[in-house]
Amino acid sequence: MNEWPLWEVFIRSKQGLDHKHVGSLHAADAQMAIENARDVYTRRMEGVSIWVVESKHIHASSPDEAGSLFDPANDKAYRHPTFYDLPDEVKYM
Amino acid sequence: MQQAEPEIIFDDKIEQEIKIEPKDWMPEKYRQTLIRQISQHAHSEIVGMLPEGNWITRAPSLRRKAILLAKVQDEAGHGLYLYSAAETLGIGREEMYDQLHTGKAKYSSIFNYPTLTWADIGAIGWLVDGAAIMNQVPLCRASYGPYARAMVRICKEESFHQRQGFEILLTLGKGSKEQRDMAQDAINRWWWPSIMMFGPPDDSSPHTIQNTKWKIKRFTNDELRQRFVDICAEQVKVLGLELPDNDLKWNEERGHYDFGEINWDEFWEVVKGNGPCNKERLETRQKAWDNGAWVREAASAFAEKRNGL
Ligand SMILES: [Fe+2]
Ligand SMILES: [Fe+2]
Repeated sequence: MNEWPLWEVFIRSKQGLDHKHVGSLHAADAQMAIENARDVYTRRMEGVSIWVVESKHIHASSPDEAGSLFDPANDKAYRHPTFYDLPDEVKYM
Repeated sequence: MQQAEPEIIFDDKIEQEIKIEPKDWMPEKYRQTLIRQISQHAHSEIVGMLPEGNWITRAPSLRRKAILLAKVQDEAGHGLYLYSAAETLGIGREEMYDQLHTGKAKYSSIFNYPTLTWADIGAIGWLVDGAAIMNQVPLCRASYGPYARAMVRICKEESFHQRQGFEILLTLGKGSKEQRDMAQDAINRWWWPSIMMFGPPDDSSPHTIQNTKWKIKRFTNDELRQRFVDICAEQVKVLGLELPDNDLKWNEERGHYDFGEINWDEFWEVVKGNGPCNKERLETRQKAWDNGAWVREAASAFAEKRNGL
């Protein structure tokens, strides 16, 4: 028999916060995945909302490309407010 | 030279305490070691439900029953967190179940001992979960990200397990003579197998050096065992009971408790499958898997129907 597909589980721990990846589980379909996630990942009120995504639908960047993807941001310190020298008398900026 | 490059990056991450994540390059032996360790850990959580499950219907009060149910359910959860962590390394769930059922994969030997009285539930919580926590806390810093994250979740849940067990023994210790004797008897039977849970002594633990280098292991078996003995030797006084070891004595010079010789022959016998319940535990798991086949099939069929496939 075929193994149930794998689902990635994301939980919003509190209203106002992002959903965060917490782990994965197997289930026959999305609804059962949510029901299982309730039992596996929220036994102590850890969540107010659950997302499940079948793992095969997640596309990830490759660690080998991390350099070419993320290094270009490295030398752009002018994107940060601390880059700018302003006189002390300037308030509220 | 070119071939060695990913290995250098890997070693460097380990050195700098940067976690290894599923898609990162890792040495094949690191991957295999983790698969073995995490899946055996998962199996231990799952098989570990059996000795305690034995007492759910006979818990002495509704309060105790609700607590024990919650604890056993947590252990199921721990097994599931760990199985999914292992799967990130490229092994399938059913492959792991198969390794458990065929006896190819091991689980913690402690679960091959029987739970004879209600006091055993107290002793398991205090000693078995206690030893597990001692082992697990350093694993929250293990170098493999998914394993470390699963362990953080597990450790958060474990502390109530130990406290509820201690409370059971505390209650029995304040009870009738019969109840006190029952608590003492449970401690007598669980103490030695519990301190065996840290594994063989350092000089006969072949994987320790490599696993320490990979930052999967942070302390040696003997270090953790000593820490556990020191803590329990004090806690047992609060219970007004004793640990079954005539050689247990505070050693001022070492700053630790000395303790008696561990019967490693017994340990290896149980590992080999000759413990009191090895056969029964595996049969129970196999039966649960077989008897669950129709549920798995029905869920798949229902999913197909519901989703119009
Ligand atoms: Fe556990
Ligand atoms: Fe536990």
